Amino acid sequence: MNNPADSSLLDALTRATCRALRQAEIELPPDVLETLERAAAAEENAVAARELSTILENIAIARERNVPICQDTGVPVIYLTLPPDVPLTPALYEAVREGVRRATSVVPLRPNVVDPLTRSNTGDNTGAGMPAIHISPGDRFEVTVLPKGAGSENASRIGMLLPSQAADIPRFVVESVLIAGGKPCPPIVVGVGIGGTFDMAAALAKEALLEPINVMDDYETGICETINRLGIGPMGLGGATTALAVKVKRADCHTASLPVAVNIQCWACRRATVPVEVDR
Amino acid sequence: MNLSTPLGDEVLSLRAGDRVTLSGTIYTARDEAHLRMLEEGIPFDPKGAVIYHCGPVVQDNRIVVAGPTTSARMNALTGFVLDAGVRALIGKGGMSGEVAQELRGRAVYLAFTGGCAALAAARMRLAGVYFEDLGMAEAVWVIEVDELPLTVGIDAHGGDLFEAVRTKAKTQFNREFNNESGYVP
Repeated sequence: MNNPADSSLLDALTRATCRALRQAEIELPPDVLETLERAAAAEENAVAARELSTILENIAIARERNVPICQDTGVPVIYLTLPPDVPLTPALYEAVREGVRRATSVVPLRPNVVDPLTRSNTGDNTGAGMPAIHISPGDRFEVTVLPKGAGSENASRIGMLLPSQAADIPRFVVESVLIAGGKPCPPIVVGVGIGGTFDMAAALAKEALLEPINVMDDYETGICETINRLGIGPMGLGGATTALAVKVKRADCHTASLPVAVNIQCWACRRATVPVEVDR
Repeated sequence: MNLSTPLGDEVLSLRAGDRVTLSGTIYTARDEAHLRMLEEGIPFDPKGAVIYHCGPVVQDNRIVVAGPTTSARMNALTGFVLDAGVRALIGKGGMSGEVAQELRGRAVYLAFTGGCAALAAARMRLAGVYFEDLGMAEAVWVIEVDELPLTVGIDAHGGDLFEAVRTKAKTQFNREFNNESGYVP
């Protein structure tokens, strides 16, 4: 039934990708909104409180006017889960790409995807290796999008620590936030990937941004509180609200290495998951 | 204070941390536009003008969304626009100490809340464009704004709120981690 050669299924994937991008760009997930509101209520620095109230007003206006929250509509990062009856074929990739093209013209999205050297713009947010598509097996056929803006992405870092430096991981994460300052549009969400390989750590750090930000474990809370004591504040203008959350994902790694990646996300922690369903 | 363009000496009285609103004409410019202006000259009258570091989403001659971009990318490209008489820069994240020096006695850096692109667009009307061949994000868009809410980030006296925050943050970082070994091998 779910044969991907079936064009109706591919159409459904295209539609789901476009729908997920529209939803992610225009409306923040409830956990992100709740965390921002809580931070705004607690902020005592006058400049910071103003910045947070402007952010909340912007979120409301984007929803009312049905427009993207931020003009940097990001580059599309896509996570697909495939149930056992949907085989992985190149047609799936093309269906996702078509969804990105459609979203670029209808949402609309800013065309951000360019050749890395010539900087020439494809105009539709697709290109070589773009969108980035991560595929994993799952129970349901669904598409998750994480449109990633450059201000925060540019502040991300990876470190190949020594195995004896596990206790230095918080320092590496907090230092990354210190270096970033106001550039990544704080209050930020800090995705941390620990372990795996060089490339896996980065992927884990980004996947961590898909996790709910209104809950943290003790390790995450400790790092988050240290970050907030720095006083960088919203947009780097000072205040207690620098990070909304720290989210950590781990994988086992080589006995001789300790990769740590920090993927920073701006306050617009955009993400959406949409099931791929054929219309009946 | 409610500022309106073209700006004059009223910007000199502003202090870092002040809240202002801005009305009138502003011009977007990012990396490519600054490079083009260096080569070909500034296409608008720079006297009292305001440059907005922004790459908006424009559709059907309408500004859909238009929040600020990271100003630090333009650090090395800003001196010549101030020399030409530009009175204010709008962006996010602050600018370098060199730019803060160049602003002294003549212009200010105004911080607009990053990501607040829908709010900005709700107070904007598109009035023209230069360098459209640079593409949507890099073109110089002429925009009429109505009471855009801004915070003075760097004033004309050398006051720099971003730098003050950075200095405090570094001190606090050293306090937190001073007794721990560095991670760099």
